[in-house]
Amino acid sequence: MATAHVIKRAKYKTTAKGSGTPGVLKMTENRIAFKPNDPTSAAKIDVEFRSIKGHKNTKEGSNNPPLLNLSLDQGGSYIFEFEAFSDLHVCREFVANALAKSGEAAKVKSREAVIATSDRSAVTYSDEQLSTAEMELRIKLLRENSELQKLHKQFVLGNILTESEFWATRKKLLDGDSGRKSKQLVGFKSSMILDTRPQTDGRTNKVTFNLTPEIKYQIFALKPAVQQAFLNLVPSKMTERDFWTKYFRAEYLHSKKNAVEAAAEAAEDEELAIFLKDDDILASEARRKIQRVDPTLDMEADQGDDYMHLPDHGIFRDGSKDTTESQHEQYKRTFLQDLNRQGEVVLEGRTIDVELDDPMSVAEALARSRRESGGNTKEERIDRISRMTEMEDLQAPYDHPFAPLCIKDPRDYFDSQQVNALKIADDTRAGAEQLRCSLSTEEAYSFLRGSVSEIKATGLCAPIVRPEVALTVLNGLTQNISSTKYQLGKNVQESILDRMPLTTKEELLHHWISIQELLRHFWSSYPITTSYLYAKVSRLKDAMSKIYPQLEELKDSVPSDLRHQVFLLVRPMHQALDAAFQHYESDMQKRSAKSGEKPNGYI
Amino acid sequence: MLELKRSLDAKGHCLLEMPTGTGKTIALLSLITSYVLSKPHNPVKLLYCTRTVHEMEKTLAELKLLHTYQTTHLGDRAKILAVGLSSRKNLCVNPRVLAAENRDSVDASCRRLTASWVRAAAAANPNVPTCEFFEEYEKAGSSAVLPPGVYTLQDLRVYGKEKGWCPYFLARHMVQFANVVVYSYQYLLDPKVAGIISKEMQRESVVVFDEAHNIDNVCIEALSVSVRRQTLEGARRNLNKMRQEIEKFKATDAGRLRAEYNRLVEGLAQRGNLSISDTWLSNPALPDDILKEAVPGNIRRAEHFLHVLRRLVQYLEGRLETDNVEKEGPVAFVSSLNTYAGIDQKTLKFCYDRLHSLMLTLEITDTDEFLHVQTICDFATLVGTYTRGFSIIIEPFDERMPHIPDPVLQLSCHDASLAIKPVFDRFQSVVITSGTLSPIDLYPRLLNFHPVVSRSFKMSLTRDCICPMVLTRGSDQLPVSTKFDMRSDLGVVRNYGRLLVEMASIVPDGIVCFFVSYSYMDGIVNSWNDNGILKEIMQHKLVFIETQDVVETTLALDNYRKACDCGRGAIFFSVARGKVAEGIDFDRHYGRLVIMFGVPFQYTLSKILLARLEYLRDTFQIKEGDFLTFDALRQAAQCVGRVIRSKADYGMMIFADKRYSRHDKRSKLPGWILSHLRDAHLNLSTDMALHIAREFLRKMAQPYDKAGSSSSKTLLSQEDVEKMSDANLNEMLY
Repeated sequence: MATAHVIKRAKYKTTAKGSGTPGVLKMTENRIAFKPNDPTSAAKIDVEFRSIKGHKNTKEGSNNPPLLNLSLDQGGSYIFEFEAFSDLHVCREFVANALAKSGEAAKVKSREAVIATSDRSAVTYSDEQLSTAEMELRIKLLRENSELQKLHKQFVLGNILTESEFWATRKKLLDGDSGRKSKQLVGFKSSMILDTRPQTDGRTNKVTFNLTPEIKYQIFALKPAVQQAFLNLVPSKMTERDFWTKYFRAEYLHSKKNAVEAAAEAAEDEELAIFLKDDDILASEARRKIQRVDPTLDMEADQGDDYMHLPDHGIFRDGSKDTTESQHEQYKRTFLQDLNRQGEVVLEGRTIDVELDDPMSVAEALARSRRESGGNTKEERIDRISRMTEMEDLQAPYDHPFAPLCIKDPRDYFDSQQVNALKIADDTRAGAEQLRCSLSTEEAYSFLRGSVSEIKATGLCAPIVRPEVALTVLNGLTQNISSTKYQLGKNVQESILDRMPLTTKEELLHHWISIQELLRHFWSSYPITTSYLYAKVSRLKDAMSKIYPQLEELKDSVPSDLRHQVFLLVRPMHQALDAAFQHYESDMQKRSAKSGEKPNGYI
Repeated sequence: MLELKRSLDAKGHCLLEMPTGTGKTIALLSLITSYVLSKPHNPVKLLYCTRTVHEMEKTLAELKLLHTYQTTHLGDRAKILAVGLSSRKNLCVNPRVLAAENRDSVDASCRRLTASWVRAAAAANPNVPTCEFFEEYEKAGSSAVLPPGVYTLQDLRVYGKEKGWCPYFLARHMVQFANVVVYSYQYLLDPKVAGIISKEMQRESVVVFDEAHNIDNVCIEALSVSVRRQTLEGARRNLNKMRQEIEKFKATDAGRLRAEYNRLVEGLAQRGNLSISDTWLSNPALPDDILKEAVPGNIRRAEHFLHVLRRLVQYLEGRLETDNVEKEGPVAFVSSLNTYAGIDQKTLKFCYDRLHSLMLTLEITDTDEFLHVQTICDFATLVGTYTRGFSIIIEPFDERMPHIPDPVLQLSCHDASLAIKPVFDRFQSVVITSGTLSPIDLYPRLLNFHPVVSRSFKMSLTRDCICPMVLTRGSDQLPVSTKFDMRSDLGVVRNYGRLLVEMASIVPDGIVCFFVSYSYMDGIVNSWNDNGILKEIMQHKLVFIETQDVVETTLALDNYRKACDCGRGAIFFSVARGKVAEGIDFDRHYGRLVIMFGVPFQYTLSKILLARLEYLRDTFQIKEGDFLTFDALRQAAQCVGRVIRSKADYGMMIFADKRYSRHDKRSKLPGWILSHLRDAHLNLSTDMALHIAREFLRKMAQPYDKAGSSSSKTLLSQEDVEKMSDANLNEMLY
């Protein structure tokens, strides 16, 4: 931190409009103090930064005087009017930094205190304001993302970038996170109904089911009747254990595919019958859903037109239809139906968001969510049918609605993809890339010289290259290819980065990210229109030039076998930095050329 | 187009095989409507028959687009009226009626509100419920007409609701005036329905049967009846109920029965002009075969007729009590019926109309309750009317479940030409079209007609966007097949499973699998579940399955599409010859790969099939083997043809059975598939197929020029067409 404290002349005001008390504002790392010029005045302030929860200020260029508003934890706020906007900027940066720090500290101490604060009372008279909520969000982001935190520490606290600059490029992160509630829930596994396989004990006839809360939830979601029965029966009529025992007894009967036996058992035990019978809730749901189904595949409507299959008309038994009618039909649920049902549930995804430990609350939540679902989709139906009738090749491409891809750690994903891509490329193009860079210069030179001298000696004859030489070259090349391929193929996760020592890898990545960050700010500040931007650019340039030697150092520090790889990785960074420097230089020259005339004229 | 025009000019029939996705529907519609426009003095009506309701909706939607184009370019002259017609269930807007469970109860509850005697009663007693939509429609009288335009079923419902008119009866009424009518096959082929709906159609009509590859089966089914024990029991109950009704009428309103008797003496099986709401399914025999004579004396009286039916039911019950499979012709059956029950052929012939008349007289509205006795009368009338082309087969149990007694008496029709004959005779042009009509020379023989034009068209593709493959071996190089002796072999089951697992891991979005039968699918899915293959499959994609329950299957399909839409990808297991194979498209990402597990032969031990084969051999000289192969291959082609719908689409087809590699089987596939089937793809194992699939998918995923390269344009813009026609003109001039 460059300046541990800031002292500025300012007027203290209680309202934005009032004249205010002139005095001196002094800010240190964790305190803020205001001493009025008139020592008798009551407007003396000395508070810790911790008690300040937010700040806002007027914008440069607006009609308002340069004001800084610090809102307090306990409500109320301090307003300071500065003499110039430059003073305001300096103070604002300082406050922001200090707040971030104290905020972080406060967070560790007491989370509640911060959460409890809300600044609905805050006066808004400027665009650039920072509510506590926002502040908190930033802190949270920083804490969740260690990379971001590192960057923040390096640049913001290192005074290379200001707080607002740092976050300005990450607006999306801030916006996106406001919808934290809609964080993706983990969906069901596609094969979830196969999960409840019992463990059998070879010696006895006992089977054991391991029921996790997750499995219970899945069962409830799959079978609304079971969930309904659970709500009705547990714990008033039976214990949870008995309930599940009975459930699996019913499942066992199903798996035997003996409808008669199932019917017999169901007749004796009415609770068991609940599990064995068809699911009424599902049936009614199906009736409701069929109304909204895509008309281009509504086969139920066809039945309406089918006078051929009046009962007993048409060909009844020609082998294409299987007759499975019996009086026990309601006890005959097939595995195929189960599969369809599970597909449906998987597609619906998780509809509830409760802790899964208590099956009771899960069952209740599911029942609630079921009731809520429903809606009018008639337009959608019509829209769909019109889409189905269009001929695709005569239409403009249709934009499909898409959901943004959410990958936890993109680097993992893309790294592995890259390896795959490389592998495929190897398969198809026989590693044309590698061909180019794998021949050492000495070798090539010697071959070239050899052949040149040979031509000199014998004149140009038919085989320009001697077969032996060609073979050696080819061997040399293919060996390299096969070894790269071998190394890459060994492990899918492996990439060049993974073969380096961990520290080097991290350092490289960190450098790369920080360079990216700096460059982003650097390029976004062109063209330089204000002195503020000018200062920023020079700050950025200094920071970048500091990284430059660090990279060189890194390059030298790695073991020789990896140096080439590291060099390849570092080169684009260097190039990017060089480009930035060059631009900076040329811009500076232009500037000095322009401004240079003026002093000449004055002298 | 040219061929179609030719057959229209010749006023003859034609047979066109056009690959799916070439826009055959729109081509047919636009040509025929333009043809009509070009000859305003001789308006031709278009009857467009589809297999399913959703195809009907699709056709109408396409016609709507065409219509808006025509009216904007040609003005009011091009205005036409096009309506879709479906059953009450799909058109009714009365919520009370719609609450009914199935089609028959919807029909019945509609009658309960709209039958003429109900309305008469309601006029006297306002407490009798009627249908307000029908009342409004009746009130509007002749002014209740649809303005010109194209009406889908949805539009009809909306229009009906808006006006307060019953859309069903409005559509029924408008069918006579409409230029284009889109409805289901059965409205034209099944005499029961055609008798009431299609009898007023003029001769100057063009009839189009779309997706008509199965038309012979439809024709056969339309004239087949089966009687089971439940039917007979139900019929007995119906007869008892009717007797009670007759007793009641005798006591209260004997004059009515007497009036009916007099009418029957005069030879009017039907009351002169029935109001539109009183009609129901008409005679199951074909209109030309119905005698216009007086009803025989022994069934003129209601109670006598009931006695006859009772004897008939008793006789049938006796016949069902058999231990052996019996097969006889209609003539033998009728004569033995005459001997044992004393019912002669003429009486049988009139059964249906007599029953119909009786039910009207008795003012029975619960028609859904009386389906059983109607079935018996259908049977009687058909048996009495036809002497050839049918056989009666009595089976004491299902072949595959011999331990469960389930006797059934089936009257099965073998001659597809019977049902379609009146259509060919009545209408000037009949167009039969589908994606799979190969071999195209077999259809005229099966249906017994002489087409003016029969052509099979190929598709011009921008790129090789279909990739058929014949897979004969699993990854372990053992042959795979669903041949009867191999299908339960665990090795085959596992090889099929591995194929699907491997394919699921490389094919994006949707995969469709067709099995040869429900029982086979059930078996193979269960064994995949047992040996863990199913779990592996589900790691890649969700699994949905066609079941025999239509509602469930529809929902499963809907979910399948959702899964494909959201990118999760899914596999749909379906059955060849099933409902899904016939009517659902798996175009674009809904189906990138379709696997046909096995050759979908019919169940060759079925007695009915054997009887039919015998008949075909004797009358049309079609060999059994040829017919079976033809039938199996058209089903297979139909299944795999679902996968592509336009030039921009692409998909793979795998025929997974070693029998497909034989030339006699393969050559029966339609030309547009064969032309893409390379010799190298004829004898593949799983790993080779995987390799080809990867290559194909990678190739297809590349961006390409939709219109095709300049040398071989596949998608013509308007300028191109104009240029072409100019060039043609020049050629003609010089």
